[in-house]
Amino acid sequence: MSSASWLQFAVLIGLLLVTAPLLGRYMAKVYGDDGKVPGDRVFLPVERLIYRLCRVSPHTEQRWTVYAFAVLGFSLFSFLLLYAMQRMQQWLPLNPTDMPAVTDHIAFNAAVSFMTNTNWQSYSGELTMSHLTQMTGLTVQNFVSASVGMCVMAALIRGLARRRASTLGNFWVDLTRTVVRIMLPLSFLVAIVLVSQGVIQNFNGHTAVTTVEGATQLIPGGPAASQIAIKQLGTNGGGFFNMNSAHPFENSSPFNNLVENWAILIIPSALAFTFGRMVGDKRQGRAVFAIMAIIWAVMSLAAMGLEGNGNPQLDDIGATQAVTAEQSGGNMEGKEVRFGSAASGLWAASTTGTSNGSVNSMHDSFTPLGGMIPMLHMKLGEVSPGGTGVGLNGMLIMIILSVFIAGLMVGRTPEYLGKKIEAPEMKLVVLYILAMPLVVLGFTAASVLMDSAVASQNNPGAHGFSEILYAFTSGGNNNGSAFAGITASTWWYDTTIGLAMLIGRFFLIIPVLAIAGSLARKQPAPATVGTFPTHTPLFASLVLGVVAIVAGLTFFPALALGPIVEYLSL
Amino acid sequence: MTSMSVQQPRRIGGGLLDPKQLWRSTPDALRKLNPATLWRNPVMFIVEVGAAFTTVLAIVDPTVFGWLITVWLWLTVVFANLAEAVAEGRGKAQAETLRRAKQGTVARRLHGWTEGADPAAYGEESVPATELRQGDIVVVEAGETIPGDGDIVEGIASVDESAITGESAPVIRESGGDRSAVTGGTRVLSDRIVVRITRRPGESFIDRMIALVEGANRQKTPNEIALNILLAALTIIFLLAVVTLQPMAMYAKAYQAAAPDTAALNQDGVTGIVLVALLVCLIPTTIGALLSAIGIAGMDRLVQRNVLATSGRAVEAAGDVNTLLLDKTGTITLGNRQATEFLPIAGIPAAELADAAQLSSLADDTPEGRSIVVLAKNLYQLRAREEGVMPQASFVPFSAQTRMSGVDIAENGTTRRIRKGAASAVLRWVRDNGGRAADDVGSTVDGISSTGGTPLVVAEQLEGQPARALGVIHLKDVVKRGMRQRFDEMRRMGIRTVMITGDNPLTAKAIADEAGVDDFLAEAEPEHKLALIRREQEGGRLVAMTGDGTNDAPALAQADVGVAMNTGTTAAKEAGNMVDLDSDPTKLIQIVEIGKQLLITRGALTTFSIANDIAKYFAIIPAMFGDVYPRLDRLNVMRLESPTSAILSAVIFNALVIIALIPLALRGVRYRPGGAASLLTRNLWIYGLGGIIAPFIGIKILDLVVRFIPGISG
Repeated sequence: MSSASWLQFAVLIGLLLVTAPLLGRYMAKVYGDDGKVPGDRVFLPVERLIYRLCRVSPHTEQRWTVYAFAVLGFSLFSFLLLYAMQRMQQWLPLNPTDMPAVTDHIAFNAAVSFMTNTNWQSYSGELTMSHLTQMTGLTVQNFVSASVGMCVMAALIRGLARRRASTLGNFWVDLTRTVVRIMLPLSFLVAIVLVSQGVIQNFNGHTAVTTVEGATQLIPGGPAASQIAIKQLGTNGGGFFNMNSAHPFENSSPFNNLVENWAILIIPSALAFTFGRMVGDKRQGRAVFAIMAIIWAVMSLAAMGLEGNGNPQLDDIGATQAVTAEQSGGNMEGKEVRFGSAASGLWAASTTGTSNGSVNSMHDSFTPLGGMIPMLHMKLGEVSPGGTGVGLNGMLIMIILSVFIAGLMVGRTPEYLGKKIEAPEMKLVVLYILAMPLVVLGFTAASVLMDSAVASQNNPGAHGFSEILYAFTSGGNNNGSAFAGITASTWWYDTTIGLAMLIGRFFLIIPVLAIAGSLARKQPAPATVGTFPTHTPLFASLVLGVVAIVAGLTFFPALALGPIVEYLSL
Repeated sequence: MTSMSVQQPRRIGGGLLDPKQLWRSTPDALRKLNPATLWRNPVMFIVEVGAAFTTVLAIVDPTVFGWLITVWLWLTVVFANLAEAVAEGRGKAQAETLRRAKQGTVARRLHGWTEGADPAAYGEESVPATELRQGDIVVVEAGETIPGDGDIVEGIASVDESAITGESAPVIRESGGDRSAVTGGTRVLSDRIVVRITRRPGESFIDRMIALVEGANRQKTPNEIALNILLAALTIIFLLAVVTLQPMAMYAKAYQAAAPDTAALNQDGVTGIVLVALLVCLIPTTIGALLSAIGIAGMDRLVQRNVLATSGRAVEAAGDVNTLLLDKTGTITLGNRQATEFLPIAGIPAAELADAAQLSSLADDTPEGRSIVVLAKNLYQLRAREEGVMPQASFVPFSAQTRMSGVDIAENGTTRRIRKGAASAVLRWVRDNGGRAADDVGSTVDGISSTGGTPLVVAEQLEGQPARALGVIHLKDVVKRGMRQRFDEMRRMGIRTVMITGDNPLTAKAIADEAGVDDFLAEAEPEHKLALIRREQEGGRLVAMTGDGTNDAPALAQADVGVAMNTGTTAAKEAGNMVDLDSDPTKLIQIVEIGKQLLITRGALTTFSIANDIAKYFAIIPAMFGDVYPRLDRLNVMRLESPTSAILSAVIFNALVIIALIPLALRGVRYRPGGAASLLTRNLWIYGLGGIIAPFIGIKILDLVVRFIPGISG
């Protein structure tokens, strides 16, 4: 890896290390029970107005079941609204390019996708969605679906922190506060920075221009910056343009790229610190952050290194792939020259370690192992640092699983933060762990058996297999990034990936809330030297091992038949 | 109490595994192949279903490879059953001995007897012990076996309880008080007692013991259930991975249509035998096979230490204990206080004090009294005078009212009165008899009290003279040897020890400091004990305690782990969830270790089982797809001979590792008291890293052998 690559990596880590604890502390206050939060003077009146309009009584606490019903109800409502909006956009205003109604299976897929914070797109935004659908449908979901994940996380943390409690907070209050106090202000800041870098923000339709070659080109317009800020901050990833973050109107420069990469990681990273503060032991938060950061760093360096090395077959014929003044170096197929292989690899790891899924390069064109990194990173369960809220949820589930094994090995009923992990919690933990592999492997296996589904591949053999595996991995993990080789806008893929997204969202969220409810009721046991500490490097390594082994054992055969054999055959 | 020594067992072992045991248990292991019972163990049930499936395939299309895999799959199930059968078999022998103790006992039932009446005057009838009902009154004489559990209502007897405790020294049982409970199946050695039966036959202590050692009504413990859930989930994940591998294999095969068919993969996809082999290798068979054996062996280890637990839950809870309540007397200190020095007041020779003290203690049968006699003999060579040798002496027994004891000796026409007892009582006696307490008595008494000792003042009065104090005897609690070390060990395990005593806080603190306990509860009454337990539990702590008296019963019931002494009352034994047949209060420490060891063994073998899968993937995946994607052979890091030898070696390794680990499962993983972090590190290295490496070596070695079987080599 070149020194410039290392520099990018170091600057990004430095930025995160400075900003994440600060934001984490602020968010702990937003979700905390103390009352006083910075910015109350501005935000409280807004929130009170919302509560009054929605008839929410902000001091009523909910049990986990009520909380879960609120999450499900809200998500169903969002889905129906999104679906209706897409199907009726031709009659609605703000449609300067006269987009027709979105096809039923694409509309289903897109509605599920944005409601589940996946933002998988089987369509091109600029050719399918009206400005109204984009702004009031998709962009709104970018805010609220990201916030729903954080609400569930807040409930889980409260479950761990509270003692002998029956309630976990109020979903409507959590949702309102997340949007008003975290998502909106941060998006506003990031959008300003993006606009300063040349990301567009207008209500124009297509502008026809004559290029230097004399050809006519349609240049799309639209309110991009506002959507892109939340798309990255909320780990959404749904691009305003089909080219997503590779498009110069979305991501104009290396600096712009760095800001967006930071925006992808900042909230889920900061939530680790929020967690530490809310459970009253900052060391726990730092340990969680360290585990997340280590996985992310390993994956990032691997992707950057593998892409930076380029294609060995080009070396064989004497081509140089080094970084020189004339070329970016490394494997440049499907990459933007202004970013190069390092920034593309770094982004690929960041976007798949979170549930973001925006891409600034074609993952399909990565080298076999380089392309396996984003796939593997998703298969780890998106816990490094994961989607907003759901990433921390996944990490805490992995920690509970590690605690269980470690607890047995030190001869005590396993406990995390003093809460005993017993059969009811383990049942929910395994439900959580089973859901994702079930949809990923199940739908992949079904697809490769169907000629029509195989026909969507862009490549035959192992690489084509990787394309299908990637699509369901992305859907099942609510990531939304695309290997982008496969034609996904078919009835089969729209439906099955839609189902994968639904299961990958709610079969994870419901067990998490149930665990939260179950843990909240428990009386924590005091820590003694007999309890093993969960903030030490030893425990962090155990969690790393558990994360790697769970994913490795589940997906090794599939990966062996996709990227691994492809790599070995180079 | 039969055993007061503090042992230092470094390893809680369960004896070695005798190879003959394996052979003897084989019929049981085969019986356990019955699917109706095997389904309770989902992991092994799946292996059995797989084995049945490959049997069919091997019959339809017989190959050496197919049959070898089939045989080894069946062996995997048999080995798992063998582990359980061996664990159960060890209890069975013990149960036989117990059964013999209760068989054929005849009870002499009394009719219409009421307390205090002469039993001989009432009609007796002989009934089989099995027909006794609760409330029946029976009489048992020397040489007879007690027909059922009950309380002595009249009489005193020495009883041989070796049938249940294994301890040959007889114990004394008497009516009233805390030593009145007798157990059916034990034998009266002397005298005659009348017993009221408190238990129906079939529910007696000995019946419970039999059920326990046989593991008849063994229920899964909470952690075992949670672990089973995890194992089931792992099984489902691997089932999913294997089932979905088939379409993926067909896809690959269709893409590389020119690749030759192999024993593993043909035009129809992966062969059934190889799929089953892969599945069985991946699902956690090692821990699945040994899990119940670990549980049974854990209970067995308790029984071997003469502890009966009414539930596995209690044993597990013992591993989690945060707070340990220990009675001072008998547990931390030797049963009683002992005289350690004579402190005469100014002007009185020490020997004179010792002589007076000895005289006053001659009729004192309490251990304290005896210790005074012994000390006087040791320090001043004062020979103990026999009671009977002094006809002119009349002894004044201790009473709670006077709080003194003593002797009046008529010598040469005058009477010498000696009194010994609590300082305030004796000093009052001195004043009442015209004397004046010397100043230094008070300061000596205070000095002894402040160090936690008990001062006894000795005074005398010669007829016609004022009484005078002679000095003070220092009685002291003697802490058992090795206690401090045990408590340090507990502290390292994260267990807080609390000493319970009826002493005043000053005395309690001195002993607590000397013994090294973390805390103490002084001037404790039974309800204080209960309150303390509740308070600890409020804070989320698990509490263990021992007790024997009826007034301990509520606390025993409230404690998470309540160990009743076998010498204790029926009420205490009913209230606790364990009974220690040796009545050794320090046994709790061993129970805690066994509880922990039980969990550690499960955790370690689970880790080992999962870690094994990595090597198995590297053996089987290249073997499956080596011909479709020749480059995949680079994953064959063990350089196994051929696809068939690789798969067969993995399956054989998977089966043999069960047999190899049976001794470990029965004995339990070595447990060293220590902090959790060091334990975790150690076990992760051994069972985690070891679990990753061992199968690479094992499979490679097996492959070196298996490749010579005709029909297996490439």
